[in-house]
Amino acid sequence: MARHTAPDSPPKIAMDHVAKAFGDKQVLRDISLHVASEESFAIIGTSGCGKSVTLKCLLGLLTADSGSITVDGQELLGASRADLEAVRQRFGMTFQFGALFDSLPIWENVTFRLRQKTKMSKTAARDIAAETITQLGLAAHVIDQFPAELSGGMQKRVALARAIADKPEILLFDEPTSGLDPITGGVIDRLIIDSVRRLGATAITISHDMASVRRIADKVAMVHNGVIIWSGPASQMDNTGVPEVDQFVHGHADGPLTLAAQAAARGS
Amino acid sequence: MIGFLQNIGRTSLAFLASTGRLSMFTASAVRWTVQPPFYFRQMLRQIIDIGYFSLPVVGLTTLFSGMVLALQSYTGFARFSAEDTVATVVVLSVTRELGPVLAGLMVAGRIGASMAAEIGTMRVTDQIDALDTLSTRPMQYLVAPRLLAGTICLPFLVLVGDLIGVFGGYLVGVYRLGFNASIYLARTIEFLEVADVMLGLVKAAVFGFLIALMGCYHGYHSGRGAEGVGRATTNAVVSSSILILIANYFVTALFFG
Repeated sequence: MARHTAPDSPPKIAMDHVAKAFGDKQVLRDISLHVASEESFAIIGTSGCGKSVTLKCLLGLLTADSGSITVDGQELLGASRADLEAVRQRFGMTFQFGALFDSLPIWENVTFRLRQKTKMSKTAARDIAAETITQLGLAAHVIDQFPAELSGGMQKRVALARAIADKPEILLFDEPTSGLDPITGGVIDRLIIDSVRRLGATAITISHDMASVRRIADKVAMVHNGVIIWSGPASQMDNTGVPEVDQFVHGHADGPLTLAAQAAARGS
Repeated sequence: MIGFLQNIGRTSLAFLASTGRLSMFTASAVRWTVQPPFYFRQMLRQIIDIGYFSLPVVGLTTLFSGMVLALQSYTGFARFSAEDTVATVVVLSVTRELGPVLAGLMVAGRIGASMAAEIGTMRVTDQIDALDTLSTRPMQYLVAPRLLAGTICLPFLVLVGDLIGVFGGYLVGVYRLGFNASIYLARTIEFLEVADVMLGLVKAAVFGFLIALMGCYHGYHSGRGAEGVGRATTNAVVSSSILILIANYFVTALFFG
């Protein structure tokens, strides 16, 4: 998905020395990453290493204890709730398990934010929902179904439709292919790539799925023990010289990332 | 000894922390009930769920409570030849105490549990975080409509429950105990004052608020997984039931004062 970005352009998203603890448990120690405009960035790492917390700190769903988080130069850490809400309108996000609203039909899920922001008629909202989900390969009649009636893959597509319905500048994907078979995962990846390109959006993806990361990402960062231990172009993932990254990328059972070490890191 | 003191200290700190968290949650929830945008459709859904679908359970509870009250008070008052006060005792007991408290406890079991389970499930499946990312404040969208609906619906439910409870007493009084129907009705109305009914309705509004508050609070702070949601549901029902009984005393004392 590589696209050219000027090397000296200021980052769209910058996180510098971000730390976050829950009680005695230090989840993020020192997270620093810069994402250029229209870049597709992936964050990888073992379960519980702090990937999702990083994303939630970026969105302001969790407040980081220290550091700096900026979007287009605007500092979010310590920003007022109104400022945070204004910045969040520029984001679209999909969650690991879809997080679709069970009590609402698909068309209301997809157009949820549009209808909050504008006094859109029901007919117009249904039309937009139908158009968006057909772009993602779902049949138009699905808009009248409820999330529980859809398969996991269909729910992921609806979640993607909800994230892109009002054309956000920044897209965040939390484990977009988890729980899907490889074919459906590949389809989701292609839809993500197409959607990000069509919108000209900046994207950050969290994933364990290395095949998916290779397809989606321009740049990759690996988080371990709350610190970014390697960051670079996706094409260089296989030759980082960092043992933890090599083990993770190639899925080796033996190496520095033992299950015991991961459990100890999570408990620290 | 030090371990014992540490336990006391830890428990006291945890209690103060949860009291503070509940107070802030309540203040925030009340604030969002009066600030636009208002989610009328959400509120209507809750009104139907609380007000309409709770009618059968509240109706049955108050009907049989009114019936058993007539039987028991007849048994007691017959011992000192005061059987003709049965109708008055039934109507005053039902409107001032039994109607609001029984309806409150029934609704706490039905609605408090369902609110905690629904919001708790939304919490553990990231739907609450999703609301935030979709430019919608969860407190305003989920909690405020439920608080308003609970506070509005309970008085109506109790009013209907009062009528059904008094009717239950009437059925037993007239068809089982042999009272004259018109005399029973006259006795029912004779000593009943507007303040008696109002007391019950004020209690009901307070109970409705507490039920919705506890359901939302425990759901909103639900732990992870099915176990967390289950615990939130139990805590919502237990805490709202206890708070109803405590608030019942204080509202009654306030009216006596």
